[in-house]
Amino acid sequence: MTTTIDKTAGTPGKYKVLGTRPVRHDGIEKVTGAARYGADMNMPEMLHGKILRSPHAHARIRSIDTSKAEALPGVMAVATSKDLPIIQARELNPGQGGPRLLAENDLADKKVLYKGHAVAAVAATSPHIAEEALALIAVDYEVLPTVLGWREAMKEGATLLHDNLTEKFSATRGGAGEDTGNKSNVASHLQLKMGNVEQGFKEADTILEREYNTQTIHQGYIEPFACTAQWIPEGRLTIWTSTQGIFGVRGNVAAILNIPESMIKIVPMEIGGGFGGKGTGYLEPVAAVLSKKTGHPIKMVMSRKEVFEGTGPSSGTSITVKIGAKKDGTITAAQLGMIYEAGAYPGSPMVGGVTSAVSAYKIDNVLIDGYDVVCNKPKTAAYRAPGHPQAAFAAESALDELADMLGMDPMDLRLKNVAMEGDRAVTGVPHAHVGLKEVMDVMKAHPHYTAPLGGPNRGRGVATGYRLNGGGSGSSATINVLANGTVNLTTGSMDLSGTRVAIAMQVAETLGLTAEEVTPQVVDTDSVGWTGGSGGSRITFDTGRASIAAAQLVIEQMGARAARLWEVQPEDVEFVDGIFICTKNTDDKFTFKELAGKLMTTGGPVTCSAMDTQGGVGGALAGNIFDVEVDPETGKVDILRSTVFLDIGQAAHPSYVEGQMQGGTLQGIGWALNEEYFFTPEGVMANSSLLDYRMPTSLDLPMIDTVIIEYANPRHPYGLRGAGEHPIIAPLPAMANAVSRAIGVRMATLPISPGAILEAIEKKNTNK
Amino acid sequence: MSEKIHVHTTINDTEVDFLAESRQSLLEIIRDTLGMTGTKEGCNDGNCGACTVNIDGRIVDSCCVLAVEAEGKNILTIEGVASPEGLHPLQQAFLEEAALQCGICTPGFIVAAKSLLEREPNADEARIRHWLAGNLCRCTGYDKIVRAVLKAGEVMNQGDGAGRATTAAGAGPTDQRDVYND
Amino acid sequence: MQEFEYVAPANLEDAIRLMAEKGPRAKALAGGTDILIQLRGGRFQIDRLVDIKKIPELNELSFSEANGLTVGAAVECYRVYEDQTVQKLYPGLFDSASLIGGIQIQGRATVGGNLCNAAPSGDNIPSLIVQEAVAIVAGPNGRRNISVEDFCAGPGRNVLQEGELLVAIHIPTPKPNFGAHFLRFIPRNEMDIAIANSAVSVLLDDSKQHIVSARIAIGSVAPTPVFAREASALLTGKEANEASIEEAAEATKAAASPINDMRGTIDQRIHLVGVLTKRALRTAISRAREG
Repeated sequence: MTTTIDKTAGTPGKYKVLGTRPVRHDGIEKVTGAARYGADMNMPEMLHGKILRSPHAHARIRSIDTSKAEALPGVMAVATSKDLPIIQARELNPGQGGPRLLAENDLADKKVLYKGHAVAAVAATSPHIAEEALALIAVDYEVLPTVLGWREAMKEGATLLHDNLTEKFSATRGGAGEDTGNKSNVASHLQLKMGNVEQGFKEADTILEREYNTQTIHQGYIEPFACTAQWIPEGRLTIWTSTQGIFGVRGNVAAILNIPESMIKIVPMEIGGGFGGKGTGYLEPVAAVLSKKTGHPIKMVMSRKEVFEGTGPSSGTSITVKIGAKKDGTITAAQLGMIYEAGAYPGSPMVGGVTSAVSAYKIDNVLIDGYDVVCNKPKTAAYRAPGHPQAAFAAESALDELADMLGMDPMDLRLKNVAMEGDRAVTGVPHAHVGLKEVMDVMKAHPHYTAPLGGPNRGRGVATGYRLNGGGSGSSATINVLANGTVNLTTGSMDLSGTRVAIAMQVAETLGLTAEEVTPQVVDTDSVGWTGGSGGSRITFDTGRASIAAAQLVIEQMGARAARLWEVQPEDVEFVDGIFICTKNTDDKFTFKELAGKLMTTGGPVTCSAMDTQGGVGGALAGNIFDVEVDPETGKVDILRSTVFLDIGQAAHPSYVEGQMQGGTLQGIGWALNEEYFFTPEGVMANSSLLDYRMPTSLDLPMIDTVIIEYANPRHPYGLRGAGEHPIIAPLPAMANAVSRAIGVRMATLPISPGAILEAIEKKNTNK
Repeated sequence: MSEKIHVHTTINDTEVDFLAESRQSLLEIIRDTLGMTGTKEGCNDGNCGACTVNIDGRIVDSCCVLAVEAEGKNILTIEGVASPEGLHPLQQAFLEEAALQCGICTPGFIVAAKSLLEREPNADEARIRHWLAGNLCRCTGYDKIVRAVLKAGEVMNQGDGAGRATTAAGAGPTDQRDVYND
Repeated sequence: MQEFEYVAPANLEDAIRLMAEKGPRAKALAGGTDILIQLRGGRFQIDRLVDIKKIPELNELSFSEANGLTVGAAVECYRVYEDQTVQKLYPGLFDSASLIGGIQIQGRATVGGNLCNAAPSGDNIPSLIVQEAVAIVAGPNGRRNISVEDFCAGPGRNVLQEGELLVAIHIPTPKPNFGAHFLRFIPRNEMDIAIANSAVSVLLDDSKQHIVSARIAIGSVAPTPVFAREASALLTGKEANEASIEEAAEATKAAASPINDMRGTIDQRIHLVGVLTKRALRTAISRAREG
């Protein structure tokens, strides 16, 4: 079931195109198998590259002997970190990040820092031969103690992953922070505060304190990383790759290989899921080096095991929450300690957690300490609303329990404390025009929230998830008008989920065309202006705005052509409902199509480019309600009913907004109930397959009802907000709250697996 | 280089000959040797269904089949689902119901669902979810996929019996929106 | 994947010879859903893969009142669970064959391969044990029969000698008033490896109130699937009621000797064996009464 609730008091159907459900332009290719994804390149003379990965979670590389591998028939080249110029040029400073650090993650230099860390690469005439060659590379490792997680990493006297990593302290979001000079596995400590928490807790009638833990989990995109590189000798380097951002790849490859960006063309393949994880590349510089060495195109495709072990998952966390409230539910203080595992190198999404955890609420006294901690696990990468789900799991679970302690309805407690426009969050930034209360009102009033549960061992869980989006990185767009009155729209924004159609619809709305009359294309780095990656829920918003700006230029230029034909001034032409009208003589009219046909005789083609660097998609609230039934004898959770809510401002294409909501819900459910990296004490992921890394199947979920709330965003011409990330946040706490209520025990560690539920029930029964 | 074996097979109603090493999977040959890249690799160990093809009327994961085993078989891949007359009702329904986001799992889902609907065009939600449990999708939450298969089943029931839609051409997207104002 | 020789003999004699020539460096290929993945993962090295699917005898699925059910080693799971005789007379086997993997896996995977793979979690094996199945094996020294409960030797190991092949699994015709059921516990609802599983069969007397005999077998709780002999014997002559079920289920737990791993803990597995056995017994008894 789908519901749309317009909170803007506008008229439904105020747009002609936006809010309708046209078939996506790239759909036919994708349902017929014609669409070409990362691994779908086949070129003449192409070789296959494979990566040798470390069997140890922590070791020093004494030496690498590649001679036997090179001697294997069919092997054309072997590469190591010696082949990456940036590694040869300077030492790693892990606190600094950037391409030098990425290079180290692409091919380890002096140390391997996780099981699966890339060490060497082979190019051969077949993937099987390349694989055989990997077994012939002799790496001499000095195995070091494994620092398996934050607990070991933060211990007094812990083994240090990096000799030159010192802890940075920062009291503001975004700042570089001050270097404490202390050598540590804690890369950074961010402390944000507002008011006085000690005073706040004194004012509280009820105080709850709990610790919440989550494990390392993976985005789980179905398409493994894949790319093909062709470096023409003495010429340019072309890389066909599946990535969330072609310009980011171009910049990093240029820096790692120490060549100018102008020598590189990145061609985007269709991307088979990214969810943030494909914002970072791993294979491209390696494939480029192998291509240079062999003079052949090199295709590299990761196996599923490599995806799990060698790419960036999201952080395991440990979060303490202390929260106090008055009898009437007014929260007087909140104090959180948030530890995020960064994996091998600094850069966990800790900041996302700190800034979002309680930011949907107006709390006068807040103190949050966040820690970014390195350990011997893969370097984490972004995953949909990075850092937010773990934070919300803690904060929204705590709110649920606090509501019980106060004898309040969980939604009432949230509504009592909801932040309004102008209220300051702990970031110090006042809330913009965001429908926090509006979403909560809709959730509370929804029939699901009060429907009878209808049986024993059942529970209903509710939670909200606030995605705090900051700035956008910039988008470019070009529109070419065709003589038949259709337009081609060119952008550099990789389409992960249907953004082509959502952007084309904004152009259609602007130009008075149908969605089908706009042909959107995603093109390579040579063919469009610089565009930041597809992430941060910004594409429909940022690239949409750039495209609208280009469309407005089209109207302007075409209006000038009409003026020329009508022999009036350009300002005498208006564009209303898709028709150019002469204000001097309103009988003079051209439809867009009519005028498009006259362009070649009035000065040539109209082609307009625009860019948008203003960003600012802004935050938005999502929420979930789950009904579950728990089998008390096995701990199995059956999801009976699921409703997801999202403030989208204005849905461009409602089906794809619903898709984001339903997909985020699926990923959140997986995270909540079953997904985790199961590490052996040696730091080896024991469940690195899709058999044992248990992502939800179609049989594990019910239909996922969606409620779209349209509380228009003043920062977008049509009121759009982002949709991509928000829906993954609330499912974690909502599911935890549902299960906790069903079994009568608070579940504070994810995943809430059947085994964990059984243990909790057992414990409860023993304590009775 | 190891010895290659000659294999004669039929793919999408066309007779195909290829040479394969015994260790090469059917998936590898279909994609890399024959260039039919619509069949996808997601896990290479039979746990995601992205490489689903139909062999002699049964769906299988082509990563778990050796190419040399294809000798004499009749194989359907995603490239053979549409016909010159148009899309299969499932493909049409996937488009109309927005049952794909990134699209990488879509070929596997369509080949798998086609096999179900040819047997049981009246398959209900529970049956569809069961049949498709071997196909992982990470984007959609399965909701719209299940709806698309239900819809395609309806179309195939009304169709000409050859699994071809009689009404699909020109059918616009359904607007299921229920708009509230408050 | 390593290189190997692929052969597809058309008769059993050739297959045995091809297997025997390479000794431990030869393996049989049926559905391939286990062995190809294991080869790809480098779990073992072989020289020759012997595809048994072109041998007519190994594709036989037949039933006769006198001889019971014969499931050739190359018969896929779907053929087993779509077979009406299996649905009627071998309900436990029907249960397990229809929940291995997803539909794609069931289109290839064989019951024989599931047995030979000898995984502690192999879902069909307990079902075969409780229906007193016998493995018919052929090798250079002729044929022999092995009770399925004696077939597995350890995780991934069976008792086949070099050159020996599983030809078929033979399951006797159940007597009247017979019922069976198989249950497993997995965190998801499909596509998963059992944390524990349990198969049971019961034979009731003509009053359908007493248990003449019963068999319980459990999996994922020991190096091999286990026939819970003592627990099964407890039910002999007992009233078919909740007390008997509880007692047998509790006793079944004693047959479990599981390990802790990523899929489950010792305590969880022992507990689940009790729960699954209890539930499977309830269904098996009601099936016996309906039958």
